[in-house]
Amino acid sequence: MRRIAQISGRALPMRGNDIDTDRIIPARFLRSITFDGMEQHVFEDDRKSAGGPYNRHPFDVSHFQGAAVLLVNANFGCGSSREHAPQALHRWGIQVVLGESFAEIFFGNSGMIGMPCVSAAPHDVAALMDLAEREPSAEFAVDLVGGTCRAGTLVVPIALPPKMLEAFTTGAWDTTGMLLDRFDEVRATASRLPYTTAIS
Amino acid sequence: MGDTLLKKVWDLHTVRQLPTGQTQLFIGLHLVHEVTSPQAFDTLRANGWTVPFLDRTFATVDHIVPTVERRRPFLDVMAEDMMASLERNVRDYGIRFVGLDDIRQGIVHVIGPELGLTQPGMTIACGDSHTSTHGAFGSVAFGIGTSQVRDVLASQCLALEPLKVRRLRVTGTLPKGVYAKDVILAIIQRLGVQGGNGYAYEYAGDAVDRMSMDERMTICNMSIEGGARVGYVNPDDTTVEYVRGRPYAPPADQFDRMAAWWKSMASDANAVYDDDVEIKAADLMPIVTWGVNPGQSIGVEDKVPEPAGASDPKAINDALGYMGLTPGQRIEGMKVDVAFIGSCTNSRLSDLREAARIVKGRHIASHVKGLVVPGSSTIAKVAEEEGLADVFREAGFEWRGAGCSMCLGMNPDKLVGNQVCASSSNRNFKGRQGSPTGRTLLMSPAMVAAAAIAGEVTDVRELL
Repeated sequence: MRRIAQISGRALPMRGNDIDTDRIIPARFLRSITFDGMEQHVFEDDRKSAGGPYNRHPFDVSHFQGAAVLLVNANFGCGSSREHAPQALHRWGIQVVLGESFAEIFFGNSGMIGMPCVSAAPHDVAALMDLAEREPSAEFAVDLVGGTCRAGTLVVPIALPPKMLEAFTTGAWDTTGMLLDRFDEVRATASRLPYTTAIS
Repeated sequence: MGDTLLKKVWDLHTVRQLPTGQTQLFIGLHLVHEVTSPQAFDTLRANGWTVPFLDRTFATVDHIVPTVERRRPFLDVMAEDMMASLERNVRDYGIRFVGLDDIRQGIVHVIGPELGLTQPGMTIACGDSHTSTHGAFGSVAFGIGTSQVRDVLASQCLALEPLKVRRLRVTGTLPKGVYAKDVILAIIQRLGVQGGNGYAYEYAGDAVDRMSMDERMTICNMSIEGGARVGYVNPDDTTVEYVRGRPYAPPADQFDRMAAWWKSMASDANAVYDDDVEIKAADLMPIVTWGVNPGQSIGVEDKVPEPAGASDPKAINDALGYMGLTPGQRIEGMKVDVAFIGSCTNSRLSDLREAARIVKGRHIASHVKGLVVPGSSTIAKVAEEEGLADVFREAGFEWRGAGCSMCLGMNPDKLVGNQVCASSSNRNFKGRQGSPTGRTLLMSPAMVAAAAIAGEVTDVRELL
């Protein structure tokens, strides 16, 4: 699997706490049997009710196009377990999400598709967001191994659970192979359970 | 020092510690539906993987099904495509499937318990965040994304981080007109929509002990709205008697032995919790959400907040603006356009009975569109036999077929424009009910029934 240690690019600030996955990708766009084209609908309804510093939705601001780093506040990705949300962001071009905190399922889903969610202190996130809005062309360098995000004159500490970091940097973040690796132990676990389900 | 149910179930299902530091956890029951599985099956095909535990895998269709015209092909070609894809996948892999022509079809979190698939002490996974519902039986149930659906199909396992446990003790007696839905909305209001991040919620206390399984399911269902991926209630006699005799329940000659094991999985009296919170039932009143997440709620007698002086005035302003509310206004009297009784939170027989008790002999307001969507085809049938369907129809409600329906508007049941919906569902996110500007007020099914009759948010206690 691909190893992920350093991610560089411009940043897109998406302000607000508790941004849910229905906002990231409304349910009607889940009516598909592939993830193809999900990026075309990222924040679709949200973008129509724009506002913010540019009086436009950040995903519609021209100089944020092509950004690789998504900056968010607290509890990003709450609500529905739809993997379509991280898929839409990732296919749009986002390679890492940096924020105060993440909803648990979103955090896991993002990791599964190789888009790490890294956390930083609220005041550091605020400084990074300010910088991205002030200087949209600024290059952000997220170093998972070094545990920092550098941008302009800022050097901000970032956190990822140590073992998860190891998984990204060694390329072990794709789980199926790992779970199938010692399948005799899976069978042994199943056979010692006191219950069966009798589905046939 | 004793153990919690979470720890007992976790340890029993642990295959091994993975190099990533996560636990490889065996999944006792995998529930599959049409929305989050097609891409997972594609990956199985591409890699030549099989589904090794067909005896622990069960599929149905719920999110996209029309609730009026259910004949195939569906009018919505994309929905038809998803349905056909699921049918192809379950056929190719040999997975047990109940489709629209089967009385057992319904919302996955309704039929799992109804069929006796959901049992105490199990681990359960499903590609849907409301999988926490199954925790009502003392199972540990995870909502998962599509990559994890792929993992469970291929290996029957998940790679997971350990969880802390917060016990929520609901003590005392619920006042009249206050329901399980109000209890969970109150918990989310108090602890916040991210308060449960990293935790499993164990619901306990004498008020929970006295609850029916339907009520416990309502509470566990919305754990995820409080940020807790897992929520559960310790199994007891109520649990055992609910499961007894259901199609997939243990056979009679093994049932008592299994029931004894189920009860042994309950948290020990001296279990230690990472956090412990008491909710006094007597303090609760019917709750209504006023904002755009399930934590933004107030008692029906209360006023919506003033942004000034609040910790996050921008969020409050934004939510009030979206909802068309004025700071400090009363929620009672807010006009509603649609009343929706349904969803995996509140579409079970007891929910329909309670709502029917309120609408019986009354009629919904002329400007209100009322929708009752039973959680399963079985519930629909029983409700029709009991005369509940007629009660709703006579009151002016539309009586529909089973499915997720207007909870998330993936089928033709959607809000239009900025309609306000009194809804027994679980999420009031912007655009949740299918219209980008639609507005949702979450409340108990009884409160939805009352709002439908009054044509505005009203206190159900006055109708009881």
